Amino acid sequence: MSTSAQEIEHLISQEYKQGFVTELEVDTFPPGLDEDVIRRLSKVKNEPEFMLEYRLKAFRHWQTMPSPDWAQLKIDPIDYQAISYYSAPKSKKEGPKSLDEVDPQLLDTYKKLGIPLDEQERLAGIAVDAVFDSVSVATTFKGKLKDAGVIFCPISEALQEYPELVKQYLGSVVPTGDNFFAALNSAVFTDGSFVYIPKGVRCPMELSTYFRINAANTGQFERTLIIADEGSHVSYLEGCTAPMRDENQLHAAVVELVALDNAQIKYSTVQNWYPGDKDGKGGIYNFVTKRAECRGRNSKVSWTQVETGSAITWKYPSCVLLGDDSVGEFYSVALTNNLQQADTGTKMIHIGKNTRSTIVSKGISAGRAQNTYRGLVKVAKSAENARNHTQCDSLLVGDKCGAHTFPYVEVKQPTAQVEHEATTSKISEDQLFFCQQRGLSAEDAVSMIVNGFCKEVFKELPMEFAVEAQALLGISLEGAVG
Amino acid sequence: MLSIKNLHVTINDKPILKGLTLDINPGEVHAIMGPNGAGKSTLSHVLSGKAGYTVTEGSVTYNGKDLLELAPEIRAREGVFLAFQYPVEIPGVSNIYLLKAALNAMRKHQGLPEVDAMDFLTIVKSKVKLLQMDEKFLYRAVNEGFSGGEKKRNEILQAAILEPKLCILDETDSGLDIDALRIVSEGVNSLRNAERSFLMITHYQRLLDYIKPDVVHVLADGKIVKSGGPELALELEERGYSWLEGQAA
Ligand SMILES: Nc1ncnc2c1ncn2[C@@H]1O[C@H](COP(=O)(O)OP(=O)(O)O)[C@@H](O)[C@H]1O
Ligand SMILES: [Mg+2]
Repeated sequence: MSTSAQEIEHLISQEYKQGFVTELEVDTFPPGLDEDVIRRLSKVKNEPEFMLEYRLKAFRHWQTMPSPDWAQLKIDPIDYQAISYYSAPKSKKEGPKSLDEVDPQLLDTYKKLGIPLDEQERLAGIAVDAVFDSVSVATTFKGKLKDAGVIFCPISEALQEYPELVKQYLGSVVPTGDNFFAALNSAVFTDGSFVYIPKGVRCPMELSTYFRINAANTGQFERTLIIADEGSHVSYLEGCTAPMRDENQLHAAVVELVALDNAQIKYSTVQNWYPGDKDGKGGIYNFVTKRAECRGRNSKVSWTQVETGSAITWKYPSCVLLGDDSVGEFYSVALTNNLQQADTGTKMIHIGKNTRSTIVSKGISAGRAQNTYRGLVKVAKSAENARNHTQCDSLLVGDKCGAHTFPYVEVKQPTAQVEHEATTSKISEDQLFFCQQRGLSAEDAVSMIVNGFCKEVFKELPMEFAVEAQALLGISLEGAVG
Repeated sequence: MLSIKNLHVTINDKPILKGLTLDINPGEVHAIMGPNGAGKSTLSHVLSGKAGYTVTEGSVTYNGKDLLELAPEIRAREGVFLAFQYPVEIPGVSNIYLLKAALNAMRKHQGLPEVDAMDFLTIVKSKVKLLQMDEKFLYRAVNEGFSGGEKKRNEILQAAILEPKLCILDETDSGLDIDALRIVSEGVNSLRNAERSFLMITHYQRLLDYIKPDVVHVLADGKIVKSGGPELALELEERGYSWLEGQAA
């Protein structure tokens, strides 16, 4: 290998900066999963009866399901009995009432992660729900949001305060038996965020949830439910980190979005779970079911994701376009390095008339990593004049990594227009040398090229997140002048 | 300002430069001519620090420093500029972004603050005009979809903005039509001053009609086999290189 090829390898490998552990007193269930564990979980959370029924039904279904066929992923079998299904900082069993009651050590942890929960310190205009292992430890700006009629709280709290609303929508987009991990999540989910935007309300600030896995040998089963009632708008952001550990940890989330007539939801993710070390030891298994239903006419959902973390990512944020004239969008940057594996993409299911979808996927692969785009565009017979445009680009850094693209298209309606474009390129030594000859370090050159490659996706992110995403890829903002 | 002494260079153990000696003073323009495969691009790459070349013997001193010790980006920041024979395309990165990043890298090296956005635009636009380019090129991805001639012009635009001390032009004239050649040459001439030196690699006398060199060298078989004034180029145009091959300077 030539010097500059080695250099590229070196450059793309960055240290994981969120890998510390917070030492806390915790309540943790012993490892293992059976109906008793689920009953205990439901009881600890003081849930209404329907929730326990829901969980047990899901669990029974899950037990009958085979674990998924891993497609492009290489993965060791997971021992579900070796995982603990609940872990929470001791003082917070009941859930926080106000920020003053939050354990200062937790506030410190989030501060260290760059997420100060103190409302004065927060970037103006962003409310945060902080989920630590199995529980939400703090939610900011609840008062201000309530004035606007917006409900933003931990889902465990929503189950207490708004059980009817949760009951009406939970599982209505991702049914309990949808897939292996969705069934598991439905049985054992612990916390996550609940959002309800009432009719005609434009949410006055960005909402965000920050997920942190801290405890060892636990799984995090996050559940998020967002409902945008008629004519409402909301932008929601999600960030994730975890300590560095040699063992793999499981994160199996379910996110459901419902957009009613003329409503818009923008959902952005910066996923930076611990990816494992350079030899592939440790890291998070990130198995996520994210789905949106554009139930109403002229509704719109945009998924934007920047996926840089996790040992394995298996994730296909999808849109079911039921309402006529509804719009689904998916913008994705997935960066894999060392031995990381990502199998990610989207599903756009066109059912209503004149429904439109856009898919822009940017996969970056470095080291010995494998990066797969898997996407489905389905146009039902009812979806007259449906349109889809898919653009799927892969960038390889070095020559030991791989990029794969699997676009699936099913069209049952002759007036539909479905377009797919795909490219694969590589950062060449000549490109790097050219940049160095213009005075840039190789590191800055790689960043500049990767950033340029991702530009179309970054511009979809809310400002604060775009900055974080670029910092994550170790790059400075492109296009400041142009 | 540049002193190359007895330079021997191999690529994968194959000798390419075999004892090249060359001195350039501040403000001088040197032309290097020579047959294909003589090692002209190799020389430009070794001077600018491209990987893959092994210097087995000899030295290169640049403004009192051992040039070969410096990382390629440091050489660039110290004022060594190479206009590439084959400029690469960088999709997704706009020309103006690259220019600004490069200029700021130079300025940082000199202990200067980042260039002011408005000042930068003013500088860039004046240089774009000098090279008679369309401003639209600034916002296009670096060299992507540029014609051969446009790429070469873009290289000179970068030189005009980065203001190097030593400007190496590797066959900047090839691929240019006669009008473009005149414009690019005028651009290069406008960069000439008492401090700035040029090393101009070319096959053709016609470039030297526009940019008058102080010295012309013939590079053949890895060595300078003959040096002279501008009249040497005319002689080469008439007689070719074969009469010089196998000779030492
Ligand atoms: N990467 C390489 N591997 C092997 N030989 C090379 C390589 N690059 C250049 N050469 C050889 O080195 C010699 C000089 O090439 P070059 O410097 O490009 O010549 P010029 O620019 O004078 O035409 C040629 O014989 C060429 O084939
Ligand atoms: Mg050449």
